[in-house]
Amino acid sequence: MNGKEKILLLSACLLLLCPLMIYGQKDQTGSILLKGGHLLTITDGNLENTDLLIIDGIITEIGKDLQAPDGVSVIDVSGKYVMPGIVDAHSHVGLDAVNEMTNPITSEVKIADVINPYDIALYHALAGGVTVSHAMHGSANVIGGQNQTIKHRYGTHDPYHLIMEGAARTIKFALGENPIRVHGEGFSIIPNTRMGVETVIRQGFDDALEYQRNWDGYREKKSAGTIAKPPQYDPRLEALLEVLNGDILIHCHSYRSDEIYMLINICRDYGIEDLIFQHVNEGFKVAPELAEFGAMASVFSDWWAYKFEVYYSTAYNTTILVKNNVITSVNSDSRELIRHLYLEAAKAQRYGQLSDNETLKLITMNPAIQLGIDHRVGSLEVGKDGDVAVFSAHPLSIYTIPEYTFVDGIKYFDRSEDPDDMRVLTDIEDDLNHFMELYSGRGDHDCLH
Amino acid sequence: MKPIFSKIILIALFFASLINYSAMGQIIQAPVYGTFLIQGGTLYTITQGVIEGDLLIEDGRIAAIGSNLEPPEGATIIDAINKRIYPGFIDAGTQLGLSEISSVPLTRDFNERGSLIPYVQALTAINPNSIPIAVTRVSGVTTVLSSPSGGLFPGTAAAINLIGYTPYQMYDGAKGVVLNFPRSGKTGRWDRRSMEKRDEEYRENIKKLNDFWDEADRYYQLKTSGHLKDQKNPPLDAMLPVFENTVPLLIEVNRAPDILEVLKWAEGKEIRIVLTGVAEGWRVANEIAESGHPVITGPVLQTPSRAYDRYDRPYANASKMKEAGVKVAIRTNEMENVRNLPFNAGYAAAYGLGKEEALKSITIVPAQILGIDDRLGSLEIGKTANLFISNGDPFEPRVQIEQVFISGWKIPMENRHTQLYEQFLERSPGIQLNE
Repeated sequence: MNGKEKILLLSACLLLLCPLMIYGQKDQTGSILLKGGHLLTITDGNLENTDLLIIDGIITEIGKDLQAPDGVSVIDVSGKYVMPGIVDAHSHVGLDAVNEMTNPITSEVKIADVINPYDIALYHALAGGVTVSHAMHGSANVIGGQNQTIKHRYGTHDPYHLIMEGAARTIKFALGENPIRVHGEGFSIIPNTRMGVETVIRQGFDDALEYQRNWDGYREKKSAGTIAKPPQYDPRLEALLEVLNGDILIHCHSYRSDEIYMLINICRDYGIEDLIFQHVNEGFKVAPELAEFGAMASVFSDWWAYKFEVYYSTAYNTTILVKNNVITSVNSDSRELIRHLYLEAAKAQRYGQLSDNETLKLITMNPAIQLGIDHRVGSLEVGKDGDVAVFSAHPLSIYTIPEYTFVDGIKYFDRSEDPDDMRVLTDIEDDLNHFMELYSGRGDHDCLH
Repeated sequence: MKPIFSKIILIALFFASLINYSAMGQIIQAPVYGTFLIQGGTLYTITQGVIEGDLLIEDGRIAAIGSNLEPPEGATIIDAINKRIYPGFIDAGTQLGLSEISSVPLTRDFNERGSLIPYVQALTAINPNSIPIAVTRVSGVTTVLSSPSGGLFPGTAAAINLIGYTPYQMYDGAKGVVLNFPRSGKTGRWDRRSMEKRDEEYRENIKKLNDFWDEADRYYQLKTSGHLKDQKNPPLDAMLPVFENTVPLLIEVNRAPDILEVLKWAEGKEIRIVLTGVAEGWRVANEIAESGHPVITGPVLQTPSRAYDRYDRPYANASKMKEAGVKVAIRTNEMENVRNLPFNAGYAAAYGLGKEEALKSITIVPAQILGIDDRLGSLEIGKTANLFISNGDPFEPRVQIEQVFISGWKIPMENRHTQLYEQFLERSPGIQLNE
């Protein structure tokens, strides 16, 4: 074997190994026994001084005096509060791009293609007990791209390792000022008003249905043995058909009650049953209509007045929605808020005095339902994923501090081991040029943990 | 029941419903002025410990504190058993009243054209009827510093109490001249200037600052020595109170190297200097402590200034500075959500500052820094009656702020947010217009 052949063989071996390495990483889960915690199960009340066992990434047992199987480490969490990993139903962390704003409809683009596993915000989220987030397309167009629910497996180099397998497929819709500003004001095209926003959605759905009919006609002819020309494949309309079929859930950026009601009507007309509104600051004004349709709401705790369409908002939105039986979550939509979603939820106690469990549901079970992952996360139940957050005090107290966060039974955050400086690949006293070379142009993402 | 009586009752009900409807609109009930005796609560005085007892509000001031106070004639008695009473919180860094809707430029009044304009007055543009004011004060925040922002000297900030129909009714007598200290290095991710260009612009800004400062200093010297009697120079006139030490210079600075630069710049200047922002204060806490300059820091709820910094640096920043011996007040730097001040203080408390110091950081400390501690910042006899009653620790989200008093006025505990809550919790008509 000559030198060239050796190199070829070596490269071939490496190429073969690469997917295996990634696969191996993807399959990685952990086991841990958390002893003696105060468990906030969400679905089955609070359990004092109770153990929780996670084996290979799945909660296998909840009870007293559990024994750790061989090789499973134990953490004493007595006096601490153990809750399911927090789920953020609206965020943009871990992404390299957010808005494909070039057309009022870009349903074909996928957030899954722009995941950035090095984003430090993923770690900050873990340090706030958040284990799952809904990485969303932006609100620049009426029908944006397809979102991706991710697990915060920070530390991986593989973007796809963050993808939460089995999560519902979702798509971003956006109403009101943002698409109007970008397209009407910016590009001088429809939509320039909320009337136009409705038109764009209905036209999109009608185009998708016509596309479907063309394909049906083609297939009919083909099966009848007639020679026929197939319609041109259109990924944009294909995605809209999946929305119409219920295979992709709508998560719609919205503020004003009229536009919220408008989309409910569209969904009724087109037979779409699953509808989740995002932000939905004026959801409280049409709470009975939301409840009647079965639409859900994912809200800010207290954001308002940053633009005109949120000027007539109230921090009591969450409470009004919950009391009107709308399944409601509190989200971050922010690299800052995602670090303390448990405080954002707790504000529903300041503004409307929700009970502890109603409040905790806003950041666990309810967002899990909205993302179609409530069979996997959102509560402490045997058989669910080992996504768990441990707090020093009740998570709705201002004085609580997140101490450990687990995803799939693996400890991703441990406050006692948290480094002062997150840089591990470089010594700041070391040769700066080397550092610049490694990370040129990646200013915001120069950290690994 | 005789028909006539039922008619009267019906009419009475009709008028009662009218009153109810007006409460559902944008009109807020009037505040009430008078003599109030708050009985049997726990008084968190801040400066004199925690006392079980009564507190008397009279003529807009705290007239008495003690046990079993005799109610003066005509006093309204407020039962505060199992309640707590705190001095009103002070947010010494906001844009409250200066902006209404952030994305609508014509409603933003905090950023005037020009760079050397210390003469523009925040107090002029404060809108007493701004919707966020009523939203803020029911949280227990009763006093804020509203600051202009923008250029090097963007204007003069003013402390206001959150009651009144003109800026001057609200004004609490304290001002501050704002200086945005030149920022070295990159201004953010999107700053594409070359290193040379950045350095050059930074040096230019420092020179601009020093030239203006020297001119203001000379102007002050000449004025005090009886020269330039009839001369008017708005930018330099606005700087006089700083040199006269009647108004502090509020220096906005956040990055550690810039903080050190400010400390150097301030050496030998015999004026009242306050550092504001100070996001990286923890990096140079000892140096700040040595300088003796007080700090108004915040928001506490922000991301670390450098991506590689420990995630909780902003939470622990106030505590680290306090530990080093710095006098620290906490601000939100907010407009519509100044109501989050107690939550910012609560996080600082949890991450090292402790409850007591955190309370001080939004009461007596900002009062001292702004020079209004003779009348605000604690529950003491003779001080302005800015205080509130809560059913527990006001930093805890679940706790309710039940009654707020500002300048002796009993504040209606309503605003647009509570009104919308009342109107829509059980909306009527519901789904059907005619059931």
